Amino acid sequence: MSDIVATNQTILVVGGGISGMTAALEAAEVGKQVILIEKRPFIGGRVSQLYKYFPKLCFPTCGLEINQRRMNANKNITVLTMSEVTNLQGEAGNYTATIKISPRHVNANCTACGACADAVEAEFDNEFNYNMDKRKGAYLAYNMAQPQRYVIDPRMIGTDDAQKAKDACKFDAVDLDMQEETIEVKAGAVVWATGWRPYDANKIQPYGYDRIDNVITSVEFERMMDPFGPTGGKLVRPSDGKEAKNVAFIQCAGSRDRNYLKHCSRICCMASLKQSTYVSEKYGDEAEVSIYYIDIRAIDRFDDFYQRVQDDPNVSFIKSKVANIVENKENGNPTLNGVDTEGYNRYANEHDLVVLAVGMEPSVDKDTFPIEIKVNDEGFIEQDEANGGVFAAGCSSDALDVNRAVQSATASALRAIQVVNRVAQAEG
Amino acid sequence: MSDTNTGMVEKYRNNFLKEVEANVEEGEWVKMCMQCGVCSGSCPLGPHWDHPPQELFMMIRAGKRDEVLESTSMWMCTSCYNCIVRCPRELPITHIMHGLAHYATRLGIEPKNQPTRKFAQLFWNNLAKNGRVNELWLGVNLYFMDGFVNGIKVALGMAGIGLGMLKAKRLSLKELVGGHTVKDKKGFQAMIKKAQELEAARVDN
Repeated sequence: MSDIVATNQTILVVGGGISGMTAALEAAEVGKQVILIEKRPFIGGRVSQLYKYFPKLCFPTCGLEINQRRMNANKNITVLTMSEVTNLQGEAGNYTATIKISPRHVNANCTACGACADAVEAEFDNEFNYNMDKRKGAYLAYNMAQPQRYVIDPRMIGTDDAQKAKDACKFDAVDLDMQEETIEVKAGAVVWATGWRPYDANKIQPYGYDRIDNVITSVEFERMMDPFGPTGGKLVRPSDGKEAKNVAFIQCAGSRDRNYLKHCSRICCMASLKQSTYVSEKYGDEAEVSIYYIDIRAIDRFDDFYQRVQDDPNVSFIKSKVANIVENKENGNPTLNGVDTEGYNRYANEHDLVVLAVGMEPSVDKDTFPIEIKVNDEGFIEQDEANGGVFAAGCSSDALDVNRAVQSATASALRAIQVVNRVAQAEG
Repeated sequence: MSDTNTGMVEKYRNNFLKEVEANVEEGEWVKMCMQCGVCSGSCPLGPHWDHPPQELFMMIRAGKRDEVLESTSMWMCTSCYNCIVRCPRELPITHIMHGLAHYATRLGIEPKNQPTRKFAQLFWNNLAKNGRVNELWLGVNLYFMDGFVNGIKVALGMAGIGLGMLKAKRLSLKELVGGHTVKDKKGFQAMIKKAQELEAARVDN
């Protein structure tokens, strides 16, 4: 990896999700040198795990492909996947980042033919599908993954399976001796786009995510709609594979709750409204959706979408935060208990499947940033002079939907460009 | 109506929320409720309340003074703390329930025949006498709470448990006369008296 040229006019983008890609492209397309670091083996982040966007209900694959093509076509961007920033030192205009690159065990010869995956037997939890199914030990995270290059799971190294993968490759692409590397790169400015992670639903004890099979999270529900996802695009219950026609959504699962996340995660209302259309898409008039909410936060133009869902006779809204969920042992149905706010009626409603609209939290823990940075109580990065030439983009700065994350990323790219322009002027 | 009650009605006309904030323990939290309903749904005795906590909070804001203060609802609270643990805004709901019950009592408009209220009063009277709870007398008073005939019935029904407790030395017949006390009974009573004076002075302000 010694072929990476970086100077203090380079912009380092940490995180290759939709925000990181956007920031990198905006900077690179005005002629700046960009290094993009991504922890996972592919770029695209959590957007690549979505079935549809709200409110247009179009497919994220479309926009992702455009961005991937822009990235591939741009000579100013260097992408490092399976890489993490372990240390960052310096100040605006002069940073040195230490980057750890984990071995992929597959080199640039790879044609993504898949022979290695066919040859190996070992299987591991599939993190792309939130561990709902298994993947092979030699794998491509998903069909559209960029770079289009397989990965050999490091847990296979030293086993017969790893050797089988190597033997199956006709292009000499499998390199079992590849080692972890640590490199240092210079940068003038840093765009921090490390994104979000779904709040751990196990912590919401009364909802029984850890003990009731048919209580799942919104991100898992999203994966079920993917034709290549864990259920092959079927909306079924995890416990018995039965069609999930009567689906309940629980809003603010973890958000707006001082016991869990204090902030409103902003996206979950629209995500559940969107997902209510998935049930109709699969089951038409047999669909029966219930949305349990405190209040629906569909702001400005999203209100049109909210009204459309309200007009759907198969969707009902129950103004109540569910108190607890118990499983009906006979049929596996989760039963939701609570009291509604419109009449104070006590209910115990059974559903086929319950989806927890889990909140967003920053994917980097407050105390583990490699450089001193201002974060708020929730761990999101504040815009602050003290951050020098480090600018947060997308969900590392707040709970944002894709639209607003991209806006935030463009703003950060502009700030970073100003820093490296100042460096360029000073150096003449 | 007691004089205190008339005074308070006069003072807070139409603004029951302000009255609660100023006079009920932890009452300043009531306005923080966002009406999500988790407290009502989590209450183990919830189905037996006329108005679950979430509804009480809304009634307070709506100025339904008599309905709230004369209600038996907050007397149903068993202090299990499930609502406090789950409240997304960390309202001290249990304490507010006791605060409301206590305030209603102070005003003299609490529901007189509510069994929890009766028991609380019996317990206090019993404790305040000697500084120690006289379990035998507390039990006897409790049995005869609803009249002599009913008392005999309850006592007979509980005879087995009572004898068992006597055998296991968890209950002593000596308690019938006098009973055990704290070391400095006079000092204890003086302390209670002083505390009551301080409380009365605070409330009057």
